[in-house]
Amino acid sequence: MTRVADLLTRASFVEMNARERARSLLDAGTFRELLGPFEGLESPWLQRQGVVPQSDDGVVVARGTLGGVPAVVLAIEGAFQGGSTGEVSGAKIAGALELALRDAEAGKTIRPVLLFETGGVRLQEANLGLAAMADIHAALIALRQHVPVVGVIAGMVGCFGGMSITAGLVSRLIMTRQGRLGLNGPEVIEQNAGIAELDSRNKPLIWSLTGGEIRVATGFADVLVEDDAQAIADEVRAAFAAGAPAEPNSSRVAFWQARLAQLPASADGAALRTLWAGDE
Amino acid sequence: MGDSASLRGRHWFEALTDGVSPLPGGIPSVLAADIPLGSDRARVIAVVPDPTNRLPRARQGEIGIDEGWAIARRVREAIDGSGRPILAVVDVPSQAYGRMEELLGIHLACAAAVDAYATARLAGHPVVSLVVGNALSGAFLAHGYQANRVIALDDPHVSIHAMGKAAAARVTRRSVADLERLGQEILPLAYDVASFAKLGLLHELIGGVDADAPSPADVARVRERIVAAIADARQGPPDLSSRRRSAAAQQNRAASIAVRAGLAAEWD
Repeated sequence: MTRVADLLTRASFVEMNARERARSLLDAGTFRELLGPFEGLESPWLQRQGVVPQSDDGVVVARGTLGGVPAVVLAIEGAFQGGSTGEVSGAKIAGALELALRDAEAGKTIRPVLLFETGGVRLQEANLGLAAMADIHAALIALRQHVPVVGVIAGMVGCFGGMSITAGLVSRLIMTRQGRLGLNGPEVIEQNAGIAELDSRNKPLIWSLTGGEIRVATGFADVLVEDDAQAIADEVRAAFAAGAPAEPNSSRVAFWQARLAQLPASADGAALRTLWAGDE
Repeated sequence: MGDSASLRGRHWFEALTDGVSPLPGGIPSVLAADIPLGSDRARVIAVVPDPTNRLPRARQGEIGIDEGWAIARRVREAIDGSGRPILAVVDVPSQAYGRMEELLGIHLACAAAVDAYATARLAGHPVVSLVVGNALSGAFLAHGYQANRVIALDDPHVSIHAMGKAAAARVTRRSVADLERLGQEILPLAYDVASFAKLGLLHELIGGVDADAPSPADVARVRERIVAAIADARQGPPDLSSRRRSAAAQQNRAASIAVRAGLAAEWD
């Protein structure tokens, strides 16, 4: 029964929208949004393709503090165009990371957090979305040399496409069981490689490849957390307290090449878990 | 070009390395060599098709698991404090779409390549990308898009895009003809490299070169433009801000610039 009581007092982070997520993460009363919806900086490309733009273009840039330290939280809204990266939403993320870098280079403390919920580049803005993604990668890698950058994949949409590369670049990555992380979404693989390669309706298989549990178990993410706003806020603070890892995951070339020298017996999480058991 | 793998990347790698042996070790799909270029000794890296690739989804020159990590290794070997240039020869059709790839973290393999190129750039190595064929999607993010300067051949089969035409048509449920028509109306959707250049993301478009069978004079001219791009990169900051400076960018990436100005005004 205590488990039921526990569940009832919990606030689901997954069910929150981007703005609520950012607010719940920052220290109480410190949330301040930059380029908020009333400033109306929206995509200049969507309307002429028959898509209604959104006044924040699906990204919330929030300043505030985390554990009393100045922070910036970049929260992607999965409910708008699948959280896709367009020119404006991408520039909001890249631009905020560039300003965080400017602060870090000036010796100011800053805690940058990315809340992922995205299918990747927005195909209606194709080349400008991809260009923004390169800017995001560049800024993140430069910033990471000064301060840890923490990412969270909570769940609903997951984190796919070019943004999964961004997730691969963060200093520490936190996931829930409901989160998924992969470069190519299952539907895209099925469409490009055929149903024999991947049946996108085979949900257990999809979770065994890209779900938060297997990603943490196999070292593609660092922390597995329950879908609980307080627990996630605690893990984000703990990630900053722990500081930057000795080497970011994406820089550990020798380690990962040694791991990948052998392929698992079959393409599922259980086989990989066996193959990689105990080599951390 | 159909389904057959493009050999442009290999041809240009061989033309530019001109008799210098590729570095030993590594995998057949990621070629690397150290060549004289201007007054420098540059590290050249190309991803090429390997029909015997152990992962079948990465046999047409795609960036797969092994390719991402192999690029990262080749780039990191060249980070030695000397500031020597790194040249990415780009002809990549896509990332590898496969089940094994997802399981083994192809996103991280791509991130490793991105990380290596950006780290080299930040460490004072000018990074230049020469696009000779396709530069598509996640594959271009991993191999080429972190360069200080991106230059491309002005050729009908050179394409820099977020997603290959056929794949984009399938995903958006539009016909290829529809996509091409939309690209004429909406600049960031266009597949041709001349339209791409209008976004201000290219340092230079090199015309008048036979991309499939370059003459010695073509190769010499491209080599000279690479050297010029390296010199230009050395004059600028080690970030990607040059992509927002040109008149083309001011016009066609106006929102990218406006967002940054707005954020800066409200930051503190």
